Amino acid sequence: MAEFTMPSLGADMDEGTLSQWLVHPGDQVARGDVVAVVETDKSAIEVECFESGTVDTLLVDEGTTVPVGTPLARIGTTAGSEPTADRPPSTPLVRRLAQDRHVDLAAVHGSGPGGRITRADVEHAEPAPAPAPAHDRTAGPAESTRTATGRQPGTEPARQKRNDSRPQERTAPATGPPGPVAGVDSAGERQAPRRVRSSPLARRLATELGVDLAEVTGTGRGGAVRADDVRSAAAAEGAPRPAVPNAARAATARLMSRSKREIPHFYLSTTVDMAAALEWMRARNRELPLSTGLVPAALLLKAVALAARKVPELNGHWVDDGFVPAEEVRLGVAVSLRGGGLAAPSLAHADTLSVDEVMAALKDLVGRARGGRLRASETADPSLTVTNLGEQGVEAVFGVVYPPQVALVGLGRIVERPVAVDGLLGVRPVVTATLSADHRAADGATGARLLSTMDRVLQQPEEL
Amino acid sequence: MNHDQAKAFVRQAVQRVVPDADFTGLDPGVSLRDTFEMDSLDFLEFVEALAERSGTELTEDDYPALDTWDGCAARLVAEAGASAQGRSG
Repeated sequence: MAEFTMPSLGADMDEGTLSQWLVHPGDQVARGDVVAVVETDKSAIEVECFESGTVDTLLVDEGTTVPVGTPLARIGTTAGSEPTADRPPSTPLVRRLAQDRHVDLAAVHGSGPGGRITRADVEHAEPAPAPAPAHDRTAGPAESTRTATGRQPGTEPARQKRNDSRPQERTAPATGPPGPVAGVDSAGERQAPRRVRSSPLARRLATELGVDLAEVTGTGRGGAVRADDVRSAAAAEGAPRPAVPNAARAATARLMSRSKREIPHFYLSTTVDMAAALEWMRARNRELPLSTGLVPAALLLKAVALAARKVPELNGHWVDDGFVPAEEVRLGVAVSLRGGGLAAPSLAHADTLSVDEVMAALKDLVGRARGGRLRASETADPSLTVTNLGEQGVEAVFGVVYPPQVALVGLGRIVERPVAVDGLLGVRPVVTATLSADHRAADGATGARLLSTMDRVLQQPEEL
Repeated sequence: MNHDQAKAFVRQAVQRVVPDADFTGLDPGVSLRDTFEMDSLDFLEFVEALAERSGTELTEDDYPALDTWDGCAARLVAEAGASAQGRSG
C-alpha cells in the first residue's frame, strides 16, 4: 500500500489545500495520472500520483489545508493494476471531463497510445442521449470558459490583483465545510449535495470579486462552483474588482527578500547577434504550418538549456551551505499573467528536446499557466530560471535569483543595432542576454562561460 | 471581402487571444501587439486565428503588415482581391 502525500510545489510552500479530488476509492490510477487539484498561495495545481494501482482510501477532505508531506490517500499497488477490460483506458482527468459532459466513455474511440482516451477524444464526443439532470450546465464547454475568463483586460493601466488567501477563510465560511469522504455510496459515487458546493479558490475569488456564490452556476462535479465559474460570473456582471491584499504578491515578496538577504548576487551581460538564428528560424517556419511555427523565445530557451548542460556549476541548487548540481536541465520559464502576477513553470529535460519540441512545450505551458492549471511536475523546482522580459519591450533585465537556485538568465528584446561584422558596419538583430548568479556557488568566469556558450550555440542554429 | 469585413475578422481574431480586448475608439493605425499586450506566443495565436477565420494564407513574412488593425485589414483585402481576380481571369 503506497501513500499519496501533499507534494511540495515550490521552495516556498509549507502547506497546501486539497481543493478537489478527481478520483474515488476503487478507481484505477496509473503513475502520472492527475488525481487531485491542490491550491497553494499562488495558484491551483493539478497533482499527479507517483504510483500505479487502485485508490484505497481518501484520507483528506476537499477544502482541508495540510502541511507538505501529509498523507492524502492510500493507493493499493498490487499486481495487475492495469485498467479492467470492460472500461476503456483513460485517465481520472478524462473520466472527470466525460462525467461533466455526459459522455459515455465506453462509446468513445481512444486515439492515444494503446487506445487510451484523451481529453480531445472526449471533447469531440457526443454527449450520452439521456444526460442526468442533477447539475444542469448553462455555461459553455469548460475549456473555452477557462480560456475566455483567465485573463483581465489587456488595456488596464494598472494590473489588477486578484489572489488572496486570508488564513481565517481557509475553512470555507461561505458554504460550510465540504462533504466528508464518508459521503460516498457503495457504488463509489458521491451523493448529490444538498447545498451549493464550491472550491476554496472559488470562495476566495468570490469574496475578492464581490460575487454572490449562490447566484453562480457551478460546472464542477455535483454542480460545485469552481473558480472559473466565479470569474465568468464576475465578467458577466462587470463586477468591480476591489484592491485586496494579494497572497501571490506576498509569496513573491518573501522569496525575493530571502534571495536578496542570503544570496550575494553578481551580474554579467553580453550582446548576442541573432541574425543567423533568426534567418534559420524564418527558413524553418516557411516549411512549417503556422500552428507549429517557431518564435525566437524557443530558440533562446533551447540555447540556454544547452549552455546549462555545458556549465553544470550553475545548473542546480544551494542546499545546506553547499552547491548540489541538478541531475537534469529543468528550465524555469517566467510567464507573466495577463491579470497580473507571474508563474514560473518548468520545462523538464529542456536540453534534450528539439527546438520544435521546446516550442510546443512552451505554448502548452504558457497556455496552461495563464489558464490557471499547471501540473505538480511542472511546478517542481527548476534548476535554472529564464526570464524573457524582452516581450515587454525592455532591452535588458538583471533578475533576482530564485532560491535555492543559483542562477537566472535574463533575455531582453531583440532589437536592430549597428554592429561591426568582419570589419564592416552592418545593422543586425541583437539581444542582450544577462546572467544573475550566486557568488557562493560560482565565480564570474563560470558565469561568463555560460553566456558565451549560449552565444556560440545561437551562431550555429542548425545544431540547436 | 471589403475593408470593414476584414476589420471585423481582425477584431474577432484578437478577441480569441485576448477575450476582453476592447476595440471601441481604437486608432486603426496603432500597434495591436502593444495595445493588447500580446507577447510573441499570443501574436502567433492571433495570426493563426486570423488565417483560419478569413481563409487567408498568412506566413511569418506577413508579420510586418499585420502590425495594425488597418494593416491587417489591407492584407486580407489584397489577398481576397487577388484570388477573385485569379478566378475571373
